[in-house]
Amino acid sequence: MITELGHFALILAFLVACFQATIPLVGAYKRWPGWMAVAEPAATLQLVLTGVAFGALMWAFVTSDFSLRLVVLNSHTAKPMLYKITGVWGNHEGSMLLWVLIVALFGASVAWFGGNLPPSLKARVLSVQAMIGVAFFGFILLTSNPFLRVAVPPFDGNDLNPLLQDPGLAFHPPFLYLGYVGLSMTFSFAVAALIEGRVDAAWGRWVRPYTLAAWVFLTIGIGLGSWWAYYELGWGGFWFWDPVENASFMPWLIAAALLHSAIVVEKRESLKSWTILLAIIAFGFSMVGAFITRSGVLTSVHAFATDPERGVFLLAILAVFMAGALTLFAARANVMQAKGVFSLVSRESMLLLNNILLAVAAFVVFVGTIWPLVAEMAFDRKLSVGEPFFNMAFTPFMVLLGLVLPVGAMMSWKRATLGRVLRQLRGVFALAIAIGALAFAMQTGTSALGPVGLFFAAWLVGGSAVDIWSRTGRGALGARFGRLMRLPRADWGKSVAHAGLGVTMAGIAAMMAWQVEDIRVLKVGEDLEIAGYGLRLDQVERLNGPNYIATKATFTLSENGREIATMYPEKRNYPVAQMPTTEAALNNGFLRDIYVVIGDPQQGGGWAVRSYYKPLANWIWGGSLLMAFGGLLSLTDRRYRVAAGARRAPATGVPAE
Amino acid sequence: MKRLVLLLCLMAAPLWAVQPDEILDDPALEARARDISSGLRCLVCRNESIDDSNAELARDLRLLVRERLVAGDSNEETVDFIVDRYGEYVLLKPGTGGANILLWLAGPLMLGAGLILGGLYLRRRSTTPETDVAQLSEAEEDRLREILKE
Repeated sequence: MITELGHFALILAFLVACFQATIPLVGAYKRWPGWMAVAEPAATLQLVLTGVAFGALMWAFVTSDFSLRLVVLNSHTAKPMLYKITGVWGNHEGSMLLWVLIVALFGASVAWFGGNLPPSLKARVLSVQAMIGVAFFGFILLTSNPFLRVAVPPFDGNDLNPLLQDPGLAFHPPFLYLGYVGLSMTFSFAVAALIEGRVDAAWGRWVRPYTLAAWVFLTIGIGLGSWWAYYELGWGGFWFWDPVENASFMPWLIAAALLHSAIVVEKRESLKSWTILLAIIAFGFSMVGAFITRSGVLTSVHAFATDPERGVFLLAILAVFMAGALTLFAARANVMQAKGVFSLVSRESMLLLNNILLAVAAFVVFVGTIWPLVAEMAFDRKLSVGEPFFNMAFTPFMVLLGLVLPVGAMMSWKRATLGRVLRQLRGVFALAIAIGALAFAMQTGTSALGPVGLFFAAWLVGGSAVDIWSRTGRGALGARFGRLMRLPRADWGKSVAHAGLGVTMAGIAAMMAWQVEDIRVLKVGEDLEIAGYGLRLDQVERLNGPNYIATKATFTLSENGREIATMYPEKRNYPVAQMPTTEAALNNGFLRDIYVVIGDPQQGGGWAVRSYYKPLANWIWGGSLLMAFGGLLSLTDRRYRVAAGARRAPATGVPAE
Repeated sequence: MKRLVLLLCLMAAPLWAVQPDEILDDPALEARARDISSGLRCLVCRNESIDDSNAELARDLRLLVRERLVAGDSNEETVDFIVDRYGEYVLLKPGTGGANILLWLAGPLMLGAGLILGGLYLRRRSTTPETDVAQLSEAEEDRLREILKE
C-alpha cells in the first residue's frame, strides 16, 4: 500500500512538474501575476510529492519489503539498519529518485527564499528547474521505475554490494548529487536570465550562493569517495582517473571556475556571457556524468546499471537541454553587454586567467575521458587513456594555477599594481622556496614532485595568510587583530579555501613521491620494518560479523622500539553477495599514515602482508575539508544571509576606487 | 556501484595485486618492473593497471614483465613485447602517433586559444570607456538604491 502511494506520488510529482514548467513561463511572458505566482506552491508541492515517493521507497528498504524488485536486488534482512537506509540510493533507480528529490528541493528553496527576486525572473527560474524535473521524472517512470513489484517475492534479498556497506561510501552519493543537481539551479538561473534578456549584478549575487553550495557539496562528495577508495580498496590508491571519477571532477572544476567568474559579474558587471556559458556547461557536465555512469558507453570499474536504453534516454535529455540552452545563448548574446572597465593588471584579469586554466583543465579531463570512444569510432583504434596520461596532461594546469593564485588573490579590482602585490608576497615566496629546497635536500631520490608539493603548500597557505592580514589595513597590532576577526566571512572563506588547495596539493605530491611499500610473507610472531616503524604480526583469527565472515589479524606497531598502537586489518567474505572485501588497518598521524592489509594464507605457513608508509596522507582530505569549509564560510557571508539586497558587507581595505 | 568489474575478477580468484612470491630479488629490477606494470592496463579489469589489479591475467602479465626484465630486456623492449601481443589497448598512456597527437595537443592548443581570446577580451575591456548604467528605469533605480543601501 505504501509502495503504491509512493508510486502514485511520483506520477503526481511528474504532472506537477509539467504544470510548473509551462504555466509560469507563459505567465512571465504575458506579465500575468497569477500565472507567475503559481510557480511557488507548485515547487513546494513537487518537493512534498517527491519526498513522499522517496519516503515510501525508504520504508520498503527499512522493512525489507521483498515484493519490490529493487529491494530484492539490493537488500537483505541481515544487513545493518544504516545500510538498509543508504541502500536506497546504492542502486540506479533509487539514486535517480534521490536525484529528482534534490532537483525539487533546490527548486523549492528558490520558491521559499527568493522573496526579493523579480517576480518574472523567479517564475522563469522555477519553470526551467521544473523542465529539468520533468525530464528526469520521465526518465524514472519510463526506464527505471523503483516501484516495480515482483510476482513471487523471495524469502530474502541479494544483499547490497559489500563494498558499498561502508560509512564513507554510504554518504558519498548524496553529497555528490547535491553538487551535481545544485548546478541545475545555476543552469536554471542562466536560462531564465537569457529568456528574461537581462544579466546584471543582482543576478550574479543570486547565482553565486547556488554555485558555492553545489561546489561545496561536490568537494565533500569527491573527498568522501577518494577517502573511501583509500582505505577500502586495499592498496591506498585515492584517485584513479576513472571515467566515473572524472565525471564528478569535471563539474567540480567548472563549478570552481563559475564561482569565481560569478564574483566578477556580481562586483564588476563583466564576464557576463562567459559566466552564463559556464553555468550552462557546468550542468552539462553533471549530465554527462550521469550519462557516463549509467549508459555503459565508457565502461568503467565504477559503472553501474549500464543499460543502452537508459543511456539513449539520458543522451536525449542532455542533447535537448544543451542544444536549447546554447541556442538561446547564441540568440541572446547581445543583451550581455559588459559594463565594468578594467586594466590588464587587475583582479578581474586574474580571475579570467583562473577561469581559463580551470576550464582548459576540465577540457583536458573531458578529452582524455572520451578519447577511447572517439579513437574507436573515428580512427578504429582500440586504446586506453589512463592515469599516466592524466598525470602528465592535467598537472601543469594545477601548477600554473597554484603559482598565480596568491598573486591574483591580492590584486585589487579594476587596476592593480603588480609590484606592490609581489612586494607583499616576497617573504612567503622565499619561505616556500626554502621549504621546497630543504625537502629536496633531505629526500633520498632526485624526484622534484615532493619538494614542489611542499613549496605549493607553503606558497598557498602563506599567501592566503598574507592576503587576509593585508585586509586589516594599517595600525597597531591589536587593532589589526580586532579588524581581522571582523572581516567579512567571504574574505575568510576565500583564504581558508585557497589554503586548503595548497594542503591538498602537498598531500597528493608527498604521497606520490615518498610512499614506501612493503609486500611480504609474515608468520605469526614475526615482524617487519617499514620506514623506521616496526610491525609485528601477533595473531590471526576468524570471526563472524552480522552478514560476513572475517579473517582478522592483530599487528603491533612500534616506533624506535616503543609500542605505539595495535592494528586490526581484516579480510571479510560476504556469503550472500559472494564477495570478499579488504578492511585495511590505519594508524593515522599528522605527518603520515601506516597502512596494513592482511592477505591470503600462504603455502608453507604465514600470511601475505602488505604495509605502507603514506606521508601526509591525511593532508589530501584535510585540504578538501578546508576547501569545503572555506566555501561554507563564504556561503554564510552576511550579504547572502541578510537576503541579497539589504546591507552590503563593508569592503574593508579594498581600494575599490 | 563501484568497482563491479574488479569484484568480478575478485570472485574468480580472490587474489591480490602484486604477491610476495612475484617480487624479484634484485631491488633495482623489481623497481623497474613496478614502474612498467603501473603503465600497463589490466585487460579484464577496466581502467586499472596490472600493478593494482587482482585479476589472474594481471598476475600473468606481471610475471611476464619480470621474465623479460630478468632476460635482460630494456624497459622499452619489455613494453613493446607486450604491446605486440595485446595491442596498444594495453598502454595506459597512449602514444603520440597518428590521431593521438590530437589528444596530447588538446590541452596546450586550448590553453593557447583561451589565452588569446582572454587577452583580446581584456584589451577591449581596458580600452573601452565606461558605459552608462542608466539603462534602468526610474523604479528600478530606486529599488537598486534600496538594495545597495548601507
